[in-house]
Amino acid sequence: MNIWYHLVELILPFEWTQYLFMKNALLGVLLVTPLFGLLGTMIINNRMAFFSDALGHSALTGIAIGVIIGLSNPLWSMLCFSLLLSVMILIVKNVNTASTDTIIGVFSSTAVALGIVILSSRGGFNKYSVYLIGDLLSINSQDLLRLVIVFVVVLVLWVVVFNKLLLVSINASLAGSRGIPVRFYEYLFTLLMAVIVTISIQWVGVLIISSLLILPAAAARNIAGDMRQYHLYSVSISVVSGLVGLILSYSWGTATGATIVLISACFYTVTYAVNLLRR
Amino acid sequence: MNIHNKCPKNLDVSCGCALCCTKIQGVGVTHGNFEILKDVNIHIHCGELTAIIGPNGAGKSTLLKAILGEIPHTGNLTFLDANNEHANQPLIGYVPQKLDFDYSSPVSVYDLFAAAHTNRPVWFSHAKKIRERAQKSLARVQAEHLGQRRMGALSGGELQRVMLALALDPIPNLLLLDEPVSGIDRKGLKLFYQTVSELRKKYDLSIILVSHDLDLVAQHADRVVFLHNKTVVCSGTPEEVFHNEQVIEMFGLGMFKLNAINEGVCEG
Repeated sequence: MNIWYHLVELILPFEWTQYLFMKNALLGVLLVTPLFGLLGTMIINNRMAFFSDALGHSALTGIAIGVIIGLSNPLWSMLCFSLLLSVMILIVKNVNTASTDTIIGVFSSTAVALGIVILSSRGGFNKYSVYLIGDLLSINSQDLLRLVIVFVVVLVLWVVVFNKLLLVSINASLAGSRGIPVRFYEYLFTLLMAVIVTISIQWVGVLIISSLLILPAAAARNIAGDMRQYHLYSVSISVVSGLVGLILSYSWGTATGATIVLISACFYTVTYAVNLLRR
Repeated sequence: MNIHNKCPKNLDVSCGCALCCTKIQGVGVTHGNFEILKDVNIHIHCGELTAIIGPNGAGKSTLLKAILGEIPHTGNLTFLDANNEHANQPLIGYVPQKLDFDYSSPVSVYDLFAAAHTNRPVWFSHAKKIRERAQKSLARVQAEHLGQRRMGALSGGELQRVMLALALDPIPNLLLLDEPVSGIDRKGLKLFYQTVSELRKKYDLSIILVSHDLDLVAQHADRVVFLHNKTVVCSGTPEEVFHNEQVIEMFGLGMFKLNAINEGVCEG
């Protein structure tokens, strides 16, 4: 960590980098935004935007379970619950013929309601409202270590399995006819998404987590012509929004996650306009 | 083809005279309590184009998915090669009816081919060898100019040909084509049927084509299977099937011009 702190002081000799929490937050943003950019591309391809939203909301129940069994950090109960929820949604989706949106909606609102009921029964919901908007500046070195591990795992997976995921997303039967175990990749991607969403939720908050995943990729697809550009633009937009959002939130004194989302939304508007002008 | 040396005696389990074939015997599919297909029997020779026709919801696409092994079914699927030996793992090429993903997604045609042919992540770069291979496949279906295009920007006919090119690389033993209900203009459809017909002869392919265009089926198919009420009502040459009363009633073939006036051999 000390190497990082020195490095920041060396190349970014600004007022905001003097604080330890800002240095931590900066590293956090640099680790988590590329992941959002990467995963977002596939979430949109698979039309799973709503699903990522549901995952975020379900974290409330995860937190509630953590509070009941007395965990000081509810991360593990959140993780278990969101993994369980995504598996349940996939099972019901594959068995049932109802539309995916309906099924996700049912699970999502049930999970939110359950979370609110449990948390409010313990003398007021207010002390948990930090999870609604998140607090990126509270990120500590232990969080960062976890983030580094997740970062490496996702990056390796993205290199190894991306082509298979893409083929499955284009047409599952086609992928199956070429010997790809479709279900396996479906679960792999969904669980990966659940892990990223859950681990980032305490810093960016339940309300906007899915926007952080969706917006960079949505902005990128307005101007990208193939997968390479799509990834390049999506990751760049995600990282730049993260950095600009962090600095602005510091000087404005606003919530970091929400500020980042607003910057991403600006990128979306610009790329949308560029796309319109090109036609 | 000079391969008519010895005909196997037991015609029930063989394909006839030393030809490769696919036998679909007594295939049924149920989903929950709902029966979608029952007792479907079809016999497909290689080098032949078998068209499956039938009203919407007759289970045509379901049959293809059963053959693909994607959904569970009863009955037997047997793939026999030219020596009447069981080929357990035939290479199946599949052209889906439509894509699952968001059409505005920036997936280029090269991306699709690279994803299918290599493990090198397509968001990193494309190997030159893979590009050349894709180019060769696309040339087979007169789509060599489409490599750089986004999949979502292709017309229905172009997309269908690109998917056909992918299904033909590597050359499969059995080619399954699920034709879109709409979205392809007449010219594109004609080109597709011509391409498929030529490829059938060139590579001695077994082809099953789910079709909605009876006119083109009559021109290009070697055999036609009429699927209705969950099962095969009638199968045979196009002349035979298009003279079947049920087929005529279902599709309103009054103005349909067929030269042969022979009575159909199908049982109504």
